[in-house]
Amino acid sequence: MADSLAIIATKGTLDMAYPPLILASTAVSMDMEAAIFFTLYGINILDKKKFANLKVAPLANPAMPMPVPNIVGAIPGMTAMATKMMKDMIKKISWPTVPELLEICHEGGVKLWPCQPTMDMMGIRPEDLIPEAEPAIGAAAYLEYASQASVTLAF
Amino acid sequence: MGDTIDLKADSVLDVKGLCCPMPVVKAKKAIGTIEVGQVLEIIGTDAGSKGDMPAWAKRAGHEFLGMTEEEGSEVFHFFVKRGK
Repeated sequence: MADSLAIIATKGTLDMAYPPLILASTAVSMDMEAAIFFTLYGINILDKKKFANLKVAPLANPAMPMPVPNIVGAIPGMTAMATKMMKDMIKKISWPTVPELLEICHEGGVKLWPCQPTMDMMGIRPEDLIPEAEPAIGAAAYLEYASQASVTLAF
Repeated sequence: MGDTIDLKADSVLDVKGLCCPMPVVKAKKAIGTIEVGQVLEIIGTDAGSKGDMPAWAKRAGHEFLGMTEEEGSEVFHFFVKRGK
């Protein structure tokens, strides 16, 4: 088996969608194999209705460039504001959007695996996911792949 | 590395303004369009590419020939020979 990368993506926010997608798209560009296992909120990155509109959480996020006190972050509209700030920063460095990065990953052969129990728990059906997503798998199938991988990461 | 490199490229890829991961993603596509043994020149502005391009070339089975930097302009030229 070629060098390969196995990633677990557990977060469904805009900022946290980038690291797994960037690393996986880079891996296949380096002729490595790559797979991402989307579990818990990470499933949002494959959700047709959500993947193009992921948000940034201003609450309990002191690492933001302009930190928002929690009491302010709880005010309606602050999530939209934090998301807009992040989107502006993304645009400034000409980063691809999440849908564009997913397309790059798919084209390059990254396996986009939804987590089956996550789908059961959240009531998500296969047809709710983008067509680039593979059939859902469970922990054993992921671990079988990861056990052969040379790099494993979790976000 | 320096200004002493005098390399003829068979193909040129312009990724100015793009940052990680796009220079590597586009370089991978571009090198597939030239023949084995030919040279791809990648012109970019991403400082991270100084580390990324040699790493990509090595891992993907190509030969990193070197880079030059346009003085004062933050524009980098990378030369990679297709290896397979």
